[in-house]
Amino acid sequence: MPDFATLRSRPEFWLAGVIVILCAALSLSTPSFLSLSNFVDLTESYAVQAIMATGLFVVLIAGGIDISFAATASVAQYVAALLATHYGLSPFLVIPAGLVVGTGLGFLNAALIHYARVNSIIITIATMNVYFALLMYATGGHSIYNLPEWWSERVTFLQFETSGGDLIRITLPIVVMVVSLLLCWVLLTLSRTGRQLYAMGGNAEAARRIGLNISKLQFFAYGFAGFMAALAGLVQANRVGEAVPNALYGTELSVLSAAVLGGASLLGGVGTIGGITLGILLLAIIQNGLNLLDISPYCFEIITGAIILASTTLTALSVQSRKRSRLVEEAPIPEQAHV
Amino acid sequence: MTGAVFLELCHVHKTFGSFQALRGIDWDVREGEIHCLVGENGCGKSTLIKAVSGVHAPDPGGDIRIGGRNVLPLDPMRARALGIQVVFQDLALFPNLSVAENIAFDANLGRGFSPRAAIRRKAKEILSRLGHDLPLECPVDALSIAERQIVAIARGLAGEARLIFMDEPTASLTRAEVRRLLDLVRKLSAEGIAIVFVSHRLDEVSAIAERITVMRDGRMVGTYAASGLDQRTLIHLMTGIEIATHHAPRDCSARPALLETRQLTRKGEYENVSITLHEGEVLGLTGLLGAGRTEFALSLFGMTRPDSGTLLVHGRECRFRTNQDALAAGLAYVSEDRLNLGINAEQSIVDNLDIAVLPRLANRFGTITDRARVQLAEDWVARLNIKVNSVQDAINTLSGGNQQRVILARWLASHPKILILDSPTVGVDIKNKEGIYALIRELSAQGVGILVISDEMIELFATCDRILHMRNGRIAGDYSPAHITEQALEAQIYA
Repeated sequence: MPDFATLRSRPEFWLAGVIVILCAALSLSTPSFLSLSNFVDLTESYAVQAIMATGLFVVLIAGGIDISFAATASVAQYVAALLATHYGLSPFLVIPAGLVVGTGLGFLNAALIHYARVNSIIITIATMNVYFALLMYATGGHSIYNLPEWWSERVTFLQFETSGGDLIRITLPIVVMVVSLLLCWVLLTLSRTGRQLYAMGGNAEAARRIGLNISKLQFFAYGFAGFMAALAGLVQANRVGEAVPNALYGTELSVLSAAVLGGASLLGGVGTIGGITLGILLLAIIQNGLNLLDISPYCFEIITGAIILASTTLTALSVQSRKRSRLVEEAPIPEQAHV
Repeated sequence: MTGAVFLELCHVHKTFGSFQALRGIDWDVREGEIHCLVGENGCGKSTLIKAVSGVHAPDPGGDIRIGGRNVLPLDPMRARALGIQVVFQDLALFPNLSVAENIAFDANLGRGFSPRAAIRRKAKEILSRLGHDLPLECPVDALSIAERQIVAIARGLAGEARLIFMDEPTASLTRAEVRRLLDLVRKLSAEGIAIVFVSHRLDEVSAIAERITVMRDGRMVGTYAASGLDQRTLIHLMTGIEIATHHAPRDCSARPALLETRQLTRKGEYENVSITLHEGEVLGLTGLLGAGRTEFALSLFGMTRPDSGTLLVHGRECRFRTNQDALAAGLAYVSEDRLNLGINAEQSIVDNLDIAVLPRLANRFGTITDRARVQLAEDWVARLNIKVNSVQDAINTLSGGNQQRVILARWLASHPKILILDSPTVGVDIKNKEGIYALIRELSAQGVGILVISDEMIELFATCDRILHMRNGRIAGDYSPAHITEQALEAQIYA
């Protein structure tokens, strides 16, 4: 059983605390906030970003970063939509095709990062622009509205009415999100591959010396991120009933800030799925709260930017102070000796 | 207690580009022996370890044999499977993972589910075999250096080691920690595990080894029974030269003070440091790695700001906000970390040499001509006897010793009155070391005050008039080389 001191040192603890306080404050100012239906709506509207976040999280753990996932999601979504509408293919071909496109774009990122040995943030900012601009160029920015019914239809797994008369639906995006988070947890915490990813993120040189296959792990991490992005893209089209090329573009920073809020280190190797889940939840609550309080949506972007700034600066500062405290810590005062 | 030959190398060569790191190595290690590998920096010890552990493939033609059988080609996994384990100088641990996972990481190789219970069990078993108790779930970055070393050794044992290489394991340990480590090494040897111990600290080497192998310039000088060697012979074997007679220390206390600090403190780095450097004096500053020597020097040079205390240059109080201020006040600082901080590897010798004095090269139109720059570089190259083809070549085409001289020239070109040299001969071979020592003496004769930060006794005794010992951020002793021996000072430092 972890004691309070170790609990206090965990970001998840503080996140949970902030969430509770924020929920309490919001429910006082807007009574409609603390209802089950608002909570489920909130979850559903953030499910797509949460699915993308799991992919990004795996890359962060492996010691890299991916900025291109939203563009990847858009490309995979659009290609799948084109196959479904223009060629009328069946879901059994369309869904795998979309996922393959996403994974392939992730592999492309991995290949560029691994073989060119360029910083992953530079590569993925570049590929984000290339993927997205190619998509806009090829489509002329036109959306696909006539998605087949199997795709655009709302899938509800569970439906019930609360005592207050609200209809609660647990829909496909929520279920896919939960499954993705679980899958990611099993992968990172329980599987050997996951432990290898943590090891590589913690000390890449040591990982290489112990004989881990760095290139395989890189391909796995970025491929997984691409896969999850594609999945998010497919789910997003289901949620809104159409494929819009630029619908996801611009969510990169809020997903990234959810990950660092949840305790994932941009230096690699540190973070938990529980933390990232709480990070997404907190961002969802903030955005929802701002909506309910009728505050400008730009405030939300200020907040996500500030979170990334604050958490990276805090990480850097704590690394520096730890270095300093190690030198003199509890050292006995030496006797002066003169010869 | 030593038995049959376990590892054997025959005619092993290794070339990096045009650099021959290993030249025809013939060497063997017996089962269960404690074998020390010594040699100067850059003599090929690390390359040898990497060749045997499968990190670097040796050039074709040589053999590496284990139990009489040639095992080439090796890769890290195969070398470990054959019982070769390495405790690297940087320990190569995963700071974010738990003690247990670091020890038994091999169980995480391959696919499938990570055997968490088995990992814990294995780690616990190994630690109890070593007689150490560490919290299994604690992340490694929360441990002390000595504890991390235990984890690294435990990892080696977890891999069914038959031979463990330890690369400079004592470099940042206190004497008590070193004693415990040496006990552990003897215990492992008694279990039949051979240990190859790489160390610079000759007293340790003689204390623990059964056999000692000396390397120089990528060659084996020879393997000797430890009992038959004294330290002077060992140094002679390592460096190939007799050590020059000691520099006769001078008493400079009557001369004017160039640099003085009073109770200088920067929290967490150094505390109440008061030193005085006189005109023409060479002052040594020694101590364990991480004792705060470099941190103190960085403050002197205006790279960090002290929290309290005063700094006087030529008797006037100074508060440097940047190193530009320090440079203007006549200070120069040659960094210990030449490769990362000192040189711009891809740029030319000229570019590296004149960077600190560029403004002074401007002509009356305020522009800097190439001719003036090349002239300056060629002057210094000639003065310091730096071996170059052309001053326009990239600096990374030079050897370590010559690179170091270019960096020295960079700061000397600013005509400093106060020169801070942080580990000036790290990675420099012995001949060039001698040259750098001669340069230090020459500068001090011209009246330059020099602070030499070093943990090499030979270096301190060859150059210094006075030696300060820093421990845990404080000055712990002030010695005259005339009144203390190298061994006695070394004992103080590692006590």
